[in-house]
Amino acid sequence: MTSSSEVRTAGSSGTRPSDPSGVRPTDSPGARPTDSPGVHPTDTSGARPASSRTGAALALREATLGRPGAPVLDAVDLAVSPGGILTVVGASGCGKSTLLRTLAGLLSPLAGEVTQDGRLLTGPGADRALIFQEDALLPWRTLRANVELPLAIKGLPRAERRAQADSWLDRVGLAPLARQLPHRVSGGQRQRAQLARALAGAPRAVLMDEPFGALDAQTRAGMQDLLVEVLRGTGATVVFVTHDVDEALFLGDRVALLGAGRLTAVRDVPRPRDRTTHDDPARTALRREVLTSLGT
Amino acid sequence: MSGRPKQAGRYVLRLGSLAAALGIWQLLTSLDVDLWLRFSQFPTVADVARAFADRVSGPDYWTDLTDSLTRILTGFLLAAVLGVATGVLVARSRLAEDLLGPVLEVLRPIPAIALVPVAILLFPSNEQGIVFITCTAAFFPVLVSTRHSVRALTPVWEEAVRTMGGGRWRVLGSVVLPGALPGIFGGLSVGIGVSWICVISAEMISGQYGVGYRTWQDYTIVNYPGVFVGMVTIGILGWLTSTAVELLGRRLTRWLPRTSYMSGGRPARRVRGTTTARAPVAPRSKEDVPHDQLV
Repeated sequence: MTSSSEVRTAGSSGTRPSDPSGVRPTDSPGARPTDSPGVHPTDTSGARPASSRTGAALALREATLGRPGAPVLDAVDLAVSPGGILTVVGASGCGKSTLLRTLAGLLSPLAGEVTQDGRLLTGPGADRALIFQEDALLPWRTLRANVELPLAIKGLPRAERRAQADSWLDRVGLAPLARQLPHRVSGGQRQRAQLARALAGAPRAVLMDEPFGALDAQTRAGMQDLLVEVLRGTGATVVFVTHDVDEALFLGDRVALLGAGRLTAVRDVPRPRDRTTHDDPARTALRREVLTSLGT
Repeated sequence: MSGRPKQAGRYVLRLGSLAAALGIWQLLTSLDVDLWLRFSQFPTVADVARAFADRVSGPDYWTDLTDSLTRILTGFLLAAVLGVATGVLVARSRLAEDLLGPVLEVLRPIPAIALVPVAILLFPSNEQGIVFITCTAAFFPVLVSTRHSVRALTPVWEEAVRTMGGGRWRVLGSVVLPGALPGIFGGLSVGIGVSWICVISAEMISGQYGVGYRTWQDYTIVNYPGVFVGMVTIGILGWLTSTAVELLGRRLTRWLPRTSYMSGGRPARRVRGTTTARAPVAPRSKEDVPHDQLV
């Protein structure tokens, strides 16, 4: 078991410490989540502001997470760099969902602080979309009306939100099903609609809680490819919780390991993204480390 | 479309059951059957029909009808609004639950018709008293079912809307009310039935005009066919209003997944209409096909 002090050094010894994407522990010099002037939640262009190059999109500092009286994770120090995908792996019950719900603002940290672009989080907001493992589409709205919802909340006029919703549905391959109710499409299609809905709100961070966990292996691989494809160009930062090691290593620019109530390690993932080659020694070593940390 | 003849068959069956009931009534009364139950004093279907025809041609019948309908609609609509609002409030706010909960729980077991003395004390006119009693009767079923269905809402719906930046009112309008609607309509269906019971009883006690008042008047002057005209009228009005509530509810909760055993009636035809006419499910675009086979 790695101690949390080793976590801090893990990032600086990573394979690509200068890569702007991925995750950097808060102790590395530029990662203090204090500076990101000029960044507003309404900035949806996807272009990364120069200042955020050194700042973290999402950061936890000395944070204790959980419900009052029932802490789940202790002393979490984590900084997610803008635009990257951080995958979070851990055995079930280790606090993955707690971490994600805290980042979403649905749970307040019991101690320490959670920031987005240097600003302290006070609650949920449109700049952090959450995608659930279970079906979180509103069952009385068609797929299109579900995708329109974040746009309606932003106050977009009807015609515009319809156009944007249709474009997102098209991007996730659901255009022909736009008028269907959620219970009339398959589980994989519902998760694609959830993805479209999350991205339609142009969030600067997308938090995904085992979104493909309930899907069969084939569908899951297709969804992973789709996710990488639709994220391209949005500039959104992604925190992706999973219990599937291969999913974590395929999607993540970095992978964070949770265990025994702590964040035990954060590792860079060798690139390029590849599902087929298994002979890359760095990747194999990392896979072994992740599996060991899961206790399997 | 193979459902059409089957559907027609079901209507024949329903009409047949009504006709059979009337036939048995006519038979028992016209033969003056007196087997412990005594039908000899009972008006026959023909007597009632004749009295009905007389009534319908007179002006009082329609005044009674519109008076009763006005009372029940006013009371019921008030109850629907107040019941849903209070139910949501109690389910969503601990403060409201602590403040209102005990009072409501103590008032709930009191039959609305037992509130007649209260209504007489409180309201300057009989009319308002009757509406008050009708409203109280429907209020509690609506309140209770709203409270339960709001509490039973799937939490992720609300969390999803909040992480889209939706506030308290957005959650109320986009999640709580539509999500609780099936349960709310359950309460409304019960409520409209109880409302009828109470409006008729209240009219019998203190009304001027109204179907209940007329029925009681006929009883006091020993006009039995008239009593039965009143009963039939109450039955038909009650059936019409609860059907209206039922249909409105079904229309507003069309999104509910229907199980197959419900599909013999209206829902199946409607589903078929919307899916085939509007959403081209079958001819999917080419790039969708592989996904779809995966999914």
